[in-house]
Amino acid sequence: MSGAGERQDRAAWMFLAPALALIGVFFVLPVIAGFLLSFTDFDIYSIGDPRVARLIGAANYRDVLTDAEFWNALRNTLVYVLLGAPLAVLASFGAALLVNAPRLRARGVFRVVFFTPVVTTLVAVAIVWRYLYHPRYGLFDWTLAHFGLPAVDWLGDPHWAMPAIIVLAVWKNFGYNMLIFVAALQAIPAELNEAAELDGAGAWQRFRYVTVPALRPAMLFVTVMTVLANFQLFAEPYVMTQGGPLHSTVSLVMLMYEQGFRWWRMGRAAAIAFLLFVLMLAATRIQLRLQRERAR
Amino acid sequence: MISRRRTSAAAVRLGYALALIAALLPLLSCVRDQPVRLRFWAMGREGEVVAEMVRDFERENPGIEVEVQQIPWSAAHEKLLTAYVGRSTPDVSQLGNTWIAEFTALHALEPLDHWIAASKDVRDSAFFRGIWDTNVIGSVTRGVPWYVDTRVLFYRRDLLQRAGVKEMPVTWSAWRSAMESVRRMLGPGHYAIFLPTNEWPQPMILGLQSGADLLSDGGTRGDFESPRFRRAFDFYLSLFRDQLAPPFSNNQVANMYQEFARGTFTMVITGPWNIGEFRRRLPPELAASWTTAALPGPDGPGVSMAGGSSLVVFRSSRHRDAAWRLVEFLSRPEQQLRFYRLSGDLPARVECWRDTALTRDPEAQAFGEQLQRTVSWPKVPEFEEIAIRLQDQVERAVRGVTPPDSALAALDRDVDRILEKRRWMRAHGLVSEHEEAP
Repeated sequence: MSGAGERQDRAAWMFLAPALALIGVFFVLPVIAGFLLSFTDFDIYSIGDPRVARLIGAANYRDVLTDAEFWNALRNTLVYVLLGAPLAVLASFGAALLVNAPRLRARGVFRVVFFTPVVTTLVAVAIVWRYLYHPRYGLFDWTLAHFGLPAVDWLGDPHWAMPAIIVLAVWKNFGYNMLIFVAALQAIPAELNEAAELDGAGAWQRFRYVTVPALRPAMLFVTVMTVLANFQLFAEPYVMTQGGPLHSTVSLVMLMYEQGFRWWRMGRAAAIAFLLFVLMLAATRIQLRLQRERAR
Repeated sequence: MISRRRTSAAAVRLGYALALIAALLPLLSCVRDQPVRLRFWAMGREGEVVAEMVRDFERENPGIEVEVQQIPWSAAHEKLLTAYVGRSTPDVSQLGNTWIAEFTALHALEPLDHWIAASKDVRDSAFFRGIWDTNVIGSVTRGVPWYVDTRVLFYRRDLLQRAGVKEMPVTWSAWRSAMESVRRMLGPGHYAIFLPTNEWPQPMILGLQSGADLLSDGGTRGDFESPRFRRAFDFYLSLFRDQLAPPFSNNQVANMYQEFARGTFTMVITGPWNIGEFRRRLPPELAASWTTAALPGPDGPGVSMAGGSSLVVFRSSRHRDAAWRLVEFLSRPEQQLRFYRLSGDLPARVECWRDTALTRDPEAQAFGEQLQRTVSWPKVPEFEEIAIRLQDQVERAVRGVTPPDSALAALDRDVDRILEKRRWMRAHGLVSEHEEAP
């Protein structure tokens, strides 16, 4: 018996080996190298002569944690996560309910229209949105002016730049999660709703007690993925504001990119990467725990 | 039988022929000498126009072929560094002159002094001194200036005259009173000068003008709290305090040319590329109303930054002599002028400025004058990062978030932190004589 089990084990390992090898070479090794790198001061001088790289212990972590830039980037990122993620989930959820409404005609057209921003290049989108946000010629300020409200310099005002980025990102990305919600909605057996209706449940009660519980797994998945993606905010501010005005849109990943590829402080950049990793791990665990408690 | 003997005879003949070819092959390749192929990296518009110029070089040097590879400016720095790490640097490259210190620290650039000493086309005295100096790290020359970039004043002559200022002043105090007159004459909503709060060259140039070294201890510590820099900083901040300059960043002024045409501001400090832009973008009726002037200084004509691009030879190149010949060719006066005509980039050789192409251009003249007075930024690899830190603190001081004293103290603290590695390397003798900033 044990011989057969062993043989099975060996077969399983062999089937797994190619995937494990790839993960090892392209994921595990670089992560270990990055972790080691975060304890050195590998910089532009070290690229020229690796001997001048020093082992500096936790100094990178200490420097990052005492740098006002880091806390500023962390604050910006948290604002983006805490405001942007719920908004994004709500927007995709709402859009899914809308395009799934039985009375809606041309459903396919709406789904395509809502999904188009997801597959459009961000750089092209950014050009259009920069016009929308333009203080003098932009659509938003033109609308404000119609209501007699003063113009807002969306991308030039430190208070408004992050909200402006959030709106852009929500618009750009809600279509993807919308599809996941639509799939989950369609997976709800029609009998459930019919039974609820027979028992005298109104539209709201059916939504509250049939649709929402059935969507819980999809909701968990979408929320976790959205929060993880939001922690990695980079492209939107990079193309829209380059982190400005007054660093109000510098995110953690952007700070890491600057340290790594602009100033070539690889050690420091690696330290930021690991801090971000710990942060994201913690955020995900908290979400999973909350979800479990709610399920109980 | 017969047929078999024939075939064997044919086989023997074929064998002889093959042996002969094999014997001659190395000889053949000696006769038909493989041409040297140079890889030349040039950025943006420069890359487009120089592709045409190198054809003449190839005609002059039959054994050398030049392959111009265009690199977009936005990716140039990263690509050069990646190429260095991947050991695939080009033979020759255009290099922004603020990057020379960095690539010297990487030991990536060939010293050029031995060639320059033997050259009849390239002499340091033929170039603007401040510009040439940006290429000398320690005592070793690592690049030859290709074109120059500096900052001068662009201003509305008509508005200045209406305000009773006949000529652009040359001292800070006279400049300031000219600005006050303009502002009084134009009234609210108008400013005398536009100094974008998100640009560092303007405050940094004022620092150079007051004689600040910016860094001390051989480029290992910040020196922004020195009285000299403090004087420049106070002057700069006072222009905002007295509302001679608006506290706007570049992003807040949607169209600088439009605002200049409207008279929202009368002066702006900017670079040579804007000569063409001003001509194109300002309404035609204003064509005669604006001009350029060299920068005023604290007590007389002021200095400006020594910017621009140089040509460098990479140490890893296998054709360094041929590469130098290309650098030499592009540095000749007639090629410099041709390059100016093709690209609009200002020539780095003094004699070119006596050519009618430049003497007939009134707006270029101010640049010619300013180029006599330029000073290099500190030649350390970390300079750009330091400049960005300066910009942050300047913006905070302009917006009143931080008082000037604490802004400069914070800046020196930041800069000291950035330069820690340099101090350590110097203490351990790892920055060699040749690389060290004076």
